[in-house]
Amino acid sequence: MQFGIFSVSDITRDPVSGEAPSEAERIDAIVRIAQKTEEVGLDVFAIGEHHNPPFFSSTPTTLLAYVAATTKKLIVTTSTTLITTNDPVRIAEEYAMLQHLSKGRMDLMLGRGNTAPVYPWFGQDIRQGLPLALENYNLLHRLWREDVVDWQGKYRTPLQGFTSVPRPLDDVPPFVWHGSIRTPEIAEQAAYYGDGFFANNIFWPKEHYMRLIRFYRQRFAHYGHGTEKQAIVGLGGQAYIARRSQEAKREFGPYFDEAPVYGHGPSMEEFTDLTPLSVGSPQEVIDKTLTFREHFGDYQRQLFLMDHAGLPLKTVLDQLDLLGEEVVPVLRKEIAARQDPETPDAPTHASLVRAKYGDQAPRQPRPNANRGDNVTGASPYQDTSPEFAAGQPER
Amino acid sequence: MSTAGDQEPFRLAVVSAGTGDPSASRLLADRAAERAVAVAARHGMTVTVSVIELREISADISTAVVSRLFTPKLQRAITVLGEADGIIASTPVYKAGPSGLFTSFFHVLDNDLLIGKPVVLAATAGTARHALVADDQMRPLFAYLRTMTAPTSLFAAPEDWSDPALNKRIDRAALELVLLMESGFARKIRDESWDSYQHEYGSAGGTETSIDLGSDLMRLATGGSAS
Repeated sequence: MQFGIFSVSDITRDPVSGEAPSEAERIDAIVRIAQKTEEVGLDVFAIGEHHNPPFFSSTPTTLLAYVAATTKKLIVTTSTTLITTNDPVRIAEEYAMLQHLSKGRMDLMLGRGNTAPVYPWFGQDIRQGLPLALENYNLLHRLWREDVVDWQGKYRTPLQGFTSVPRPLDDVPPFVWHGSIRTPEIAEQAAYYGDGFFANNIFWPKEHYMRLIRFYRQRFAHYGHGTEKQAIVGLGGQAYIARRSQEAKREFGPYFDEAPVYGHGPSMEEFTDLTPLSVGSPQEVIDKTLTFREHFGDYQRQLFLMDHAGLPLKTVLDQLDLLGEEVVPVLRKEIAARQDPETPDAPTHASLVRAKYGDQAPRQPRPNANRGDNVTGASPYQDTSPEFAAGQPER
Repeated sequence: MSTAGDQEPFRLAVVSAGTGDPSASRLLADRAAERAVAVAARHGMTVTVSVIELREISADISTAVVSRLFTPKLQRAITVLGEADGIIASTPVYKAGPSGLFTSFFHVLDNDLLIGKPVVLAATAGTARHALVADDQMRPLFAYLRTMTAPTSLFAAPEDWSDPALNKRIDRAALELVLLMESGFARKIRDESWDSYQHEYGSAGGTETSIDLGSDLMRLATGGSAS
C-alpha cells in the first residue's frame, strides 16, 4: 500500500493572516512540501494541472522532474494530467522524458478537466470532452507501446510513421491511473487496458464513488487482467490533524469556512460526518481512513489533500510530520493485518520491468543513423524487425 | 383486475413549502390528500401518505444547492419521492412566484427521479391575483421533470377557503390523481421505455438504466474509433 499526498496547486488567501502567497512563494512551497513528503516516510507526491489562476501548476512534468531530482525514493505523479486539452503526443513525449530522468520513479493520472473555458484555449470543446479523452488515451497507449505508429482519429491530425521519443524507460510504459468520479466510460477504459482507477474521494459522500469502483473491478476481471480484488484502485482523502481533536477543529475551522469548494455551505461537522474529510487527532484520522477499504475494497494507493484552502507552508509541513509519524505507520500496520492476501501492490517501474522481462535484460532502444533527412522512417531502432523496413511514402 | 386484497397500497407523497405550522399550503395539500385517500377507498384501493415539510429541511436544501452535498435528512425526503406513486406539491406564492424553498428543492433532484409520476400542483396566496402561478410557473418546472401533472391545479387565496368551489376543484384533482396512479403509467414507462429517457450515471438514486456497454462511447473506451 502506497501513501502520499496530492495537491490541486491552488493559490488561496490564508483567511487567518489575510495574505495570499505570490506565485513564486507558492511554487517554492510546493517543492518544499514534495520533498517533505519523502522525508516523513511517505511514498507518493502528486500535483494537478491547471491553466488558469488561482492555480500555478500548468506544467507538471517540469515541477516533477525537479522534485524527482531532489529526492531519492519518492514516486512523482499527477492529479491529474489533462488527457483532453493536451495533445497525447506531447503527453507521450513529456512523461517518457520524466520517466527517464526520475529513473522510473513516476506514473501519471489522467483526468478530463471540468473547466469549460480552458478547452477552447487549446483548440478543444468541452462538449466533446469524453470522446476526446477516450480517443486521446487510445493513441497515448499505442505511442508508448509501438515504436512506429500510423494513426487516424477524429480529434487530431493523423500520424504516419510517427515515433514518440524518447521511448519509455526500459521500453516499459509509465503506469497510468484514470481519475474519475462519475463516468463509467472512463472506468471501462481503465479496466480494458488493465490500468489503475482513482477516485478523488473528497468533497462528496462515499456512496458517490462506490458504484463506479465496483464497476471498474468487475470490468477489470472481465477483461482478464486478474480478479476483482486484484484491480488497481487509488483513493484520495483529506485530513487536518492535531494532537487533540478540539485543537484540530479550532485550527482548521477558519480554513474550512473559506475553502473554495465547500466554504459557506455545510458546517464542518456535517461535512466530516458525510464525506471522507477528517479533522481531528491522529487516531480519528486513522479510524476514518481505515473505513475506506471497508467501502471500496482493499486498494493500492492512498493520497491525502493537505495543502488546500490557504493553509500556510509551516502548517502544511507540521501536518506532514503528524501524517508521516503518527498516522501512516499505524495505517500501514493495520491495513497489512486486515487486507485480503490476494491484494496486489501498486505497480512500480521495477515490478513492471520484472513482469515484462523476468530475469532478462530490458530492451534499450538504440536509434539507427540519421539518413540525412532527419526522419528514420519505419525502422527507427537498430532492433526494429526488418519486417517493418524503412520505406519512403509514395510521392 | 386488481382489488384491495392483492394490491400494495399506493404511496402518496405530500410536499409542502409552507412556513407556518400548519401553513395554508400544508392545509390545502392535506385536503387534497384526504380526498385522494377517500376516492381510492371508493375504488377499493388503499393509500399511505408521507409528508415532506420543506421548512424542516430548508438548511439541507440550501446546502445541496451550493455544494451538491445531500444530508441524510434531504436524502430521506428524496427517497420518499422516489418511491411515491403520486405526489401533491404545494407552495405559498411569494412575489408572484412559488417559494424559493419549493423551487430549490425540486432543482436539486435528479432529472429522472420523477419521470411519469402523477403530480397535483397546489399554491396558496394572499390575493387572487396570483391565481395562475401554479399553471404558469409550477407546471413548466414539472414538465422539465417529465412528471404526469394532473390537469386540475389547486389554488387558494383567502376568499377561496370558504368557497365550496374550492372543494369541488380539490375533488376533481384528487380523482385525477387516483386515476393516474391506478393506470400504473409511471411503472409502465419504467418497464417498457425507461432506456429511451435521458439518464445520468447514478441519477434517480441509482435506479437509472444499467450501464450500456454497447454504446459508441464504450466502443471508443475499449480501443475503437470515434464515430
